[in-house]
Amino acid sequence: MHAEHIKHDFEPKIVAFVCTWCTYAGADLAGTSRMQYPSNVRVLKFPCTGRIDPVFILRAFQKGADGVLVSGCHPGDCHYMAGNFHARRRFAAFRALLSFVGVDLNRLQFSWVSAAEGGKWVDVVTELTERVRTMGPMPEFKELEHEEQWSTFAGASVDKSTVLNSPELKEAYDSIG
Amino acid sequence: MSRIGVFVCHCGENISRTVDVEQVAKAAGEIPGVAYSCDYKYMCSDPGQTLLKKAVAEHKLDGVLVAACSPRMHEKTFRKAAEAAGLNPYLCEMANIREHCSWVHEDRDMATAKAKDIVKLMVERVRKGKSLAPITVPVTKRALVIGGGIAGIQAALDVADAGHHVIMVERDPSIGGHMAQLSETFPTLDCSQCIMTPKMVDVANHPNITLYTYSEIEKVEGYIGNFQVTVKHKARSVDESKCTGCGVCMTKCPKKKIPNEFDQGHGMRPAIYVPFPQAVPNTPVIDRENCTMFQSGKCGVCAKVCGPGAVDYEQKDTFTVEDVGAIVVATGFKLYTIDRKPEGSPIQGYGEFGYGTIPDIIDGMTFERLASASGPTGGKILRPSDGKEPKQVVFIQCVGSRAREKGISYCSKVCCMYTAKHTMLYHHKVHDGQAYVFFMDARTPGKGYDEFWRRAVEEEEAVYIRGMVSRMYQRGDKIVVMGSDIQVGTQVEIEADLVVLATAVQPQDGADLLAQKLGISYDKYNFYSEAHAKLKPVECATAGIYLAGACQGPKDIPDTVSQASAAAAKVMTLFAKDKLERDPVVAKVNEKYCVGCFACKKVCAYGAIEEKEIRDRQGNLVKKVAYVNPGVCGGCGTCQATCPSKSIELDGYTDEQIMAMIEAL
Repeated sequence: MHAEHIKHDFEPKIVAFVCTWCTYAGADLAGTSRMQYPSNVRVLKFPCTGRIDPVFILRAFQKGADGVLVSGCHPGDCHYMAGNFHARRRFAAFRALLSFVGVDLNRLQFSWVSAAEGGKWVDVVTELTERVRTMGPMPEFKELEHEEQWSTFAGASVDKSTVLNSPELKEAYDSIG
Repeated sequence: MSRIGVFVCHCGENISRTVDVEQVAKAAGEIPGVAYSCDYKYMCSDPGQTLLKKAVAEHKLDGVLVAACSPRMHEKTFRKAAEAAGLNPYLCEMANIREHCSWVHEDRDMATAKAKDIVKLMVERVRKGKSLAPITVPVTKRALVIGGGIAGIQAALDVADAGHHVIMVERDPSIGGHMAQLSETFPTLDCSQCIMTPKMVDVANHPNITLYTYSEIEKVEGYIGNFQVTVKHKARSVDESKCTGCGVCMTKCPKKKIPNEFDQGHGMRPAIYVPFPQAVPNTPVIDRENCTMFQSGKCGVCAKVCGPGAVDYEQKDTFTVEDVGAIVVATGFKLYTIDRKPEGSPIQGYGEFGYGTIPDIIDGMTFERLASASGPTGGKILRPSDGKEPKQVVFIQCVGSRAREKGISYCSKVCCMYTAKHTMLYHHKVHDGQAYVFFMDARTPGKGYDEFWRRAVEEEEAVYIRGMVSRMYQRGDKIVVMGSDIQVGTQVEIEADLVVLATAVQPQDGADLLAQKLGISYDKYNFYSEAHAKLKPVECATAGIYLAGACQGPKDIPDTVSQASAAAAKVMTLFAKDKLERDPVVAKVNEKYCVGCFACKKVCAYGAIEEKEIRDRQGNLVKKVAYVNPGVCGGCGTCQATCPSKSIELDGYTDEQIMAMIEAL
């Protein structure tokens, strides 16, 4: 990591996986209260943190997320009774795996934000964004993905933003049959 | 190839002020698979919805995305519109570019970029969405009301009068709650007992109400229309079916010096007691911690004197399971105390007021009991320390309330009015006495409220001093109150005989634990959260559960009764249908790939997963697979994230949908 060299002109991409009952509603409350926070976060809504498969987090990093936030109801407050407990246990194990793979765990944040905690949502998002900003872009997985594309398109120059919907990709998929 | 329509809302200026909606609509139009995109001033308005319906028909759209406010606000609205246009409602989604974007970001370029991204993600979600059919479930037309104060009583009577059965569960030995403790009520000064006790009797006598006092909620299972609630009936030690309410046991009980909770500890009661004479039901309960029989095994006087033989020392806690379709939560409030708080409590006590060690500093509820004809002093204002009539009384408002440094920043709403009432009650009873009130603001919105407050100041001679009290201490038999008068700009010192604190309204103890059993959300103070502050003030986010009274936030009696009737109306709306449609967001098993490991069964909090046998034509068992009972499934999706073979899938949140959204990041 060369965190010291990469400075503040970089806008990190933060992906938030949140449950619909607590954190999504908490983020809504931050909105209705007109609180301000960095616009880097993109929210994906789930019924419950229990629904969040660790693969989603991996894939988000792979697709260019510089930081990932997972947030749900406080322990004991789960709308589905126990989903967040399963999530907590799952992610405790997953963090170790992610660390083994070489991802800096500072890029991954877990938090509990209730429907009444608009202010906490703002704090959590702001803190993660600023932390990741000083860390710089997420290098490892981007390189990985680049390699993957190279192997698929054998030498073609690839524009990442259009590649997924490009006719080439479709052709490549079709040819696999 | 899909044909998706994207509709970007301006929300007046709420979105368009910080998000360039035209650009968002234009960018959306360029996403492959988007056949139509536009922006409009108010998508939720009638013309907006018509625009959507027309576009679906004209452009043969097979999916709709409305980029506007939170789906919690208008998802239902747009799904209805999509359905009217002939689309499956679950192919209509919302991109939240208001609460999650325009309202929280100032930079127009950044906000616009974010809005575009949100739309892009959600288009993928629509693209991979599936048509779903709502699940219909039967409705059990019985309601549960938790709490027997004025809120619970009003809600129960309204629902019961509409012809539905109601189960009322009250934690204390009698219903009545705090309202039964009050002496007179603002702004009309009518006697609280006179308007409350007839309602309590109505509850007890109503053919449609089953009353469980001295009972608590143990467990709540199920969902809207179909809850199973386990109620714990605490051992009363008195058989309710035999007791005639004669009261001989209470008069003969040798242990009589137990502080009475109903009188805020200022009256005495025996170990076998009813909380107050008008209690409903009029069945005593034995306070086992203070009963000689339970503590030493030697006494048994009450059993000996009881004619019908109702006293039962062997009685145990019992449990019943009640099937109900709707739940009204009306658990009310408690009052803040100035005592030293336990280590780690977010709420602080008042060291400057002596942490509750000075006996003549009392709270408002104690004053109510002193002023009440049924109270420990028979309605005379006498101070607790020596029973003398106080000639100078200082009332202090906002004790705990609006005090961020003490951990509570909200306004308790009722204190300004009841303090004004207290000064009047005091003036009516002690003609030569003088009342002083320390206040920050007098907040008197409400019908007839300001007139009432003015009366206290102008006609009843209460001296209002704007300022706070910094310290109180005992000097001889007086309490020295040191405060400031910020209007005059001086320090004030009053030698008071009695000090009455208008302490903050807080949720009941255990409010958070009950919320966890019910699966409803609460704020940092443990007040229950309504689904929408303005448009859904009595519903919880959890369907089928409604709120009434001060458990949702501080409220006076008129507001509480209004909300309780509103909650009852919501229950009746639900009960007007025989069947109920519920969101088809449930898990389904792909039996082909399921290997029958039942990891899903272990994590399912609802017990929705059953084992299903798959047999060949000869009837030989091929394998066992999981089966999800859609009526029981809550739709959390924990099973899907757990399934090692990815053969269970939550409709509405499939892996395909979520992966497509992540790909679009």
